[in-house]
This record gives sequence, structure tokens and C-alpha cells, in this order.
Amino acid sequence: MKATKYLFIAAVALPMILASCRGQISEKPPVHPNMNMDQQKRFEPQERNEFFDDNRAMRQPVEGTVARGNLKADKAYYQGINEDSSFVDEIPPELTKSFLYRGKDRYEVFCTPCHGIAGDGQGIIMTNNYGFVPAPSFHIDRLRNVSDGYIYSTIANGIRNMPSYAQQIPVKDRWAIVAYVRALQQSQNATEEEIRRYDV
Amino acid sequence: MAQIFPKWADEVPRQLLLGLIIFATAAVAGVWYYFSPEYTDVGYAPEQPVPFSHQMHAGQLDFDCQYCHTNVFESKHANVPATETCMNCHNQVMTDSPRLEKVRESWETGEAVEWIRVHNLPDYAYFNHAAHVNVGVGCESCHGRVDRMEVVQQVEPLSMSWCLDCHRNPEQQVRPVEEVTTMGYEIVNQIEKGQELVSENNINPPTDCQSCHY
Repeated sequence: MKATKYLFIAAVALPMILASCRGQISEKPPVHPNMNMDQQKRFEPQERNEFFDDNRAMRQPVEGTVARGNLKADKAYYQGINEDSSFVDEIPPELTKSFLYRGKDRYEVFCTPCHGIAGDGQGIIMTNNYGFVPAPSFHIDRLRNVSDGYIYSTIANGIRNMPSYAQQIPVKDRWAIVAYVRALQQSQNATEEEIRRYDV
Repeated sequence: MAQIFPKWADEVPRQLLLGLIIFATAAVAGVWYYFSPEYTDVGYAPEQPVPFSHQMHAGQLDFDCQYCHTNVFESKHANVPATETCMNCHNQVMTDSPRLEKVRESWETGEAVEWIRVHNLPDYAYFNHAAHVNVGVGCESCHGRVDRMEVVQQVEPLSMSWCLDCHRNPEQQVRPVEEVTTMGYEIVNQIEKGQELVSENNINPPTDCQSCHY
């Protein structure tokens, strides 16, 4: 009689104890019972390759090479400058509503940490005083009067303490962000006449 | 003539049978339980070369996931950010922190920071990030609440049955595409809304072999 009682307790307790082992945090790599084709003899992006000195499987392309379909001859579109190296005044791609919304989306991903959601330079990096050089507001006269190409160039090449975002933002999205920054500037500098024109 | 089998041999077949049943049950249950990725993979949280805190960057500073993982919407592979991305801020912020020693070293020498991969699918399963995020599978559905993780760990098994559960019933997980990177997305009528999105975006998740295993 006593034995059955112990058995019963064991039958309840054992699965509970064993079940608690699942999903424990561990620093050891997963043990896969069958590793046959788990990690194959080829390299995925960002994998390690010990053949090379820097242990990278991804190699840097040779300086000055041009990939097919990547000539980037259109200076205005790819660099934001005219033939005489002055900044272009208007954004080269066609400005549509969806393009502007794309710009809003990208702006909120890449730019808001410092420049803030309203473009007033009050992003979280600035307001928390981490010691970053303050970002200027987009709503000052100097930045209202610069050309679109200037803003594009800032995103692509960086300026003073702002690093280049060429690595993170593709060309088309840079122009979309420029368009959205322009829209932000409009929003903070609208005349009464314009506001009356639209039912705000 | 003496008996060949002693009296206790009467019990042997019964005990053998019982023992076999217990052993077989334990073996099947053990393999089913302990050889599954639920046990082997979930909770893997290796110590990274740089103690990067997602909780700080994605949680407190509220960076969008795409700021660092830039190519998730375009590429099959979700990239780990380059050192350049770290240096966007850390050329001015916390420039003398010992935690960032390796990042600064990498920036000066050009050597890569050797991050340890946590979510590592076997090479015979071809997962495509862009295909999922562009139809509204949120980051947290598969990676958990990364914005609360001091150290990244795997929270889902990434096993085949787990993948197929969602491929067979995508409406349980899909969300509007603009909410993909939102952490803590909740909605009361998920199934209803999910079905709407599935028909709207023409989501038709494959359940055949060649879609993932080529």
C-alpha cells in the first residue's frame, strides 16, 4: 500500500522535474544528434573563413571595379550634383505620395534617434545627453534654403560630426528621406494662406 | 530428477514484459523530448565578444530594428551590422568604455568583431528573411521580445514542425507590414484580422519540400 503511494508521487513528480529542464538558458551551443549536413562546406554571408587573414568569408571587391548594371553614370541621381558639381535643386526621382510615405518610414528608422520625430534636433540621443554633438534643427533658415542635393549629400557622405549613411540607406531611400525632410520643413513653416487652402 | 527452473522463474516473464514496457516508454519519451530542438536549441544564449545589450538599444533608446539590421526587408540574410554602424554613435558616445574595447579595436584595425551566431538553421533549410517580413511576420513572432534581452537567446525551437505550424495557419501570426518591427504588438481579434491580411496580401505559405529544402 505504501509502495503504491510512493509510486504515485514519483509518477507525478518525475515528469514535472524533467519538464522543467526545457528552455533553460545555456551558453553551450546546441547539441544536434545528427550533424551530417547541418553545417556544410560552403560559406553563408558573414560566416567565418579561416583561409583568409582576416577570417572573413565575404571579400571586399577591388577598388574601382564596376558591377553589371551598377555604373551609376547618372550623377544627379547617385551623387546629387550637376555636371558643374553644384548641388541639384530638386530631387531627381518623381515625387509621389507613396514615395513621401516611404521617406517618412525611412526617416523614422534612421534619423529620429538624433534629429527627432519632428526634425527639431531633439532625438533621444540628444535629449538624454550622451555627449553627442547636438544636431541642428531642420527648421532654421540656413537649412530651409539649402538645395535638395545638399541634404542628399549629407546623408550619403556625412557632414562634420554626422557619419555617412551610405552603408545603411540605399540611394532611392535617401532621396525619399530628402523629400520627407522637405515636407517636415514645410510643416513648421506654413503660411496662413496655405493652411486655409487645405482643411487642416 | 531435479527441477530445471526454480520456483521464482514463474515471475520472470511477467517482470520482463513489464520492464520492457517501461523501458520502451522511457526511451521513446526521452528521445521525443530531449532530442527535439525544443530542448537542444531553446535558451541558447552564448556570451558575445562585445556585451551588446539589445535591451538598451532597442528597448530604452527605442531604435527601430532596421537601423542596424538594414537588409531584412531586401535580403534572404538578416545582416549583423558592420562596425561602422556601431561607430555612428560610439565615435562620440562612451568613447572610453571598456565594454566597447573590441569595437574600437575593430574600427582601428579593420578586423571583424567575431559575433557568435545564436539562431543557426541547418544549411539544408533555406530561410529567407525578406519573404517573411514583407508579408507581415513580426520580428518578435520568431525571435521573442528582443527589446527586453540583455543577452540574446533563442526563444523558439526553429524546428520544422514549428515552422509548419505557422505555414499551415498563417493567420495566427501575421500582422500589418508597418507593424513588423513593433515589439509588444497585441490585438484582440488576431484570427479575424489575420485572415483578412492573408487574403488581402495573398499570403500563401508553402508546405511542400522544395520551398525550403530545394
